[in-house]
Amino acid sequence: MSAMQFGIFSVSDITEDPTTKTTVSEAQRIKDLLTIAVHAEEVGLDVFALGEHHNPPFFSSSPTTTLAWIAARTERLILSTATTLITTNDPVKIAEDFAMLQHVADGRVDLTLGRGNTGPVYPWFGKDIRQGLDLAVENYALLRKLWDEDVVDWQGRFRTPLQGFTATPRPLDGVAPFVWHGSIRTPEIAEQAAFYGDGFFANNIFWPKEHYQRLIELYRQRFEHYGHGTAQQAIVGLGGQVFMRANAQDAVKEFRPYFDNAPVYGHGPSLEQFSEMTPLTVGSPQQVIDRYAGMRDFYGDYQRQLFLIDHAGLPVKTVLEQLDLLGGEVVPVLRKELDTNRPADVPDAPTHAARVAAKFGDGPVRQAVPNANRGDNLAGDRPYRDTPAPAGASFGAAATRTGA
Amino acid sequence: MTERRIAVVSAGLSNPSSTRMLADRLAAATVRELAGEGIPAQVDVIELRDLAHDITNMMLTGFAPPALETAINTVVSADGLIAVTPIFSTSYSGLFKSFIDVLDPEALTGMPVLIGANAGTARHSLAIDYAIRPLFTYLHAEPVPTGVFAASSDWGGAADAVAPLSSRVDRGARELAAAIARRPVAAAADPFDPAVFLGEGRSFGHLLGGLADE
Repeated sequence: MSAMQFGIFSVSDITEDPTTKTTVSEAQRIKDLLTIAVHAEEVGLDVFALGEHHNPPFFSSSPTTTLAWIAARTERLILSTATTLITTNDPVKIAEDFAMLQHVADGRVDLTLGRGNTGPVYPWFGKDIRQGLDLAVENYALLRKLWDEDVVDWQGRFRTPLQGFTATPRPLDGVAPFVWHGSIRTPEIAEQAAFYGDGFFANNIFWPKEHYQRLIELYRQRFEHYGHGTAQQAIVGLGGQVFMRANAQDAVKEFRPYFDNAPVYGHGPSLEQFSEMTPLTVGSPQQVIDRYAGMRDFYGDYQRQLFLIDHAGLPVKTVLEQLDLLGGEVVPVLRKELDTNRPADVPDAPTHAARVAAKFGDGPVRQAVPNANRGDNLAGDRPYRDTPAPAGASFGAAATRTGA
Repeated sequence: MTERRIAVVSAGLSNPSSTRMLADRLAAATVRELAGEGIPAQVDVIELRDLAHDITNMMLTGFAPPALETAINTVVSADGLIAVTPIFSTSYSGLFKSFIDVLDPEALTGMPVLIGANAGTARHSLAIDYAIRPLFTYLHAEPVPTGVFAASSDWGGAADAVAPLSSRVDRGARELAAAIARRPVAAAADPFDPAVFLGEGRSFGHLLGGLADE
């Protein structure tokens, strides 16, 4: 793995192909997406990330199920999300699902947290969108605790309290998945990423670069402020959007109907205006290389670049061709260009292996071995052989039952 | 005395427009009133017609093209706002409302506003008070008591001879100038400054709730 990771991210939309007026079934689109993900590894990409939605015309309600299948069919690909809803999901379930995915995927897992942009999801899951930020802050604090501590006592505003709870399985090798925090407009989320020393991901699709520049610059400064390293050592991921053909005019001609009818920005600005204002690049592979090789001039040296290539009703055959171009012509050159003059103290993109090495060095890596079932299907207040003794263990009911 | 900035939003659709004529008079009168208090003022006029496509694009994409972003920043960072719209079908024009709709809902909080409107006949004059004023009240802006309505006849011989347009303009301008003069000079708050989104001297720990107010 090189200093930077390249990959694709999908929002899992099922959109009519405006050129043929046909729409694939959920079953077909899901199979197509799996094909696309496996092909991402075949062409040499590093990351496949999947969004989360809970309404048609999207299918991806259960990303870890999907990613687990992909993990079984690949060997190197890092499975990630774009994004996982930290507001409406139960943080306990996130902790469990992603630790589980880590184990089946041999650590090739990280995740990006977001608040979601579909209003009704909040009430559907019993939440209030006006508390979106508060939910993101509290739920993530709990998620961290569930991964970092074997036994959690916790009480908050949004979830039923936990007493003596252990999220299983424990993170693979004692190292939780790396977390990116995604935001397109909220400085508090950049602050949150900086506070924890986590990564910050800017989707870099819908807004002019100046907007993301301010968010990323804030994140970098605050990363340094909270003592995780220098500003240029903060961990930044960017999205992007491309469509390529060998001949630039062919790319524009072919992509235009998909752009013009795209649910998110269709019937608005022209393809040319949107390409000028945002990182959307429609043209030759060389044009894509030139545009994205320049990203670090705006955002600083960064760790991850993901491309959106499978949306707006593009046929799976076309998407696979885009992957061939990305893997064959674009990414190898970008890897080289973005490696040139990269300062030595800018960290490489996070991987499980590197994070395990950073935590344990040459020493033994944590292997969580549970203590025996006491007979009530619980393993006591020290659920694993190496669980530290709880603070204040000599008090309360738990103390009297130790070793029971 | 520190210079103040007055933003003028004019939502007329034709060029030249009587909406713009009214806007210019309101702006000139306000500058004159402020000058009388020894306060210099600069006026930035935004013709929404020039931004009509950008406003639609922003409603569809969620972000402002550069010219519109500049206009929005001009409005929300001003010391006072003169907002003038033609009355269409009993209310502000759709273009005027669309521009208001792309502003951050909190961006006009506390902003002194002088409302102006124009239409073919004086029968539409109450639209200022039943349609436009509630809009600014909802946004927590501070519209001054006088709204200035100009009917087509106000520009000619059949004008209101008892309370002519010029005196209504002067009255509204006096109220706006007074509101601007009372208010501290607008300081642009950087939304990406931690002191702004966390509170001065605060840290992320306050968002977590672990740190009490201090």
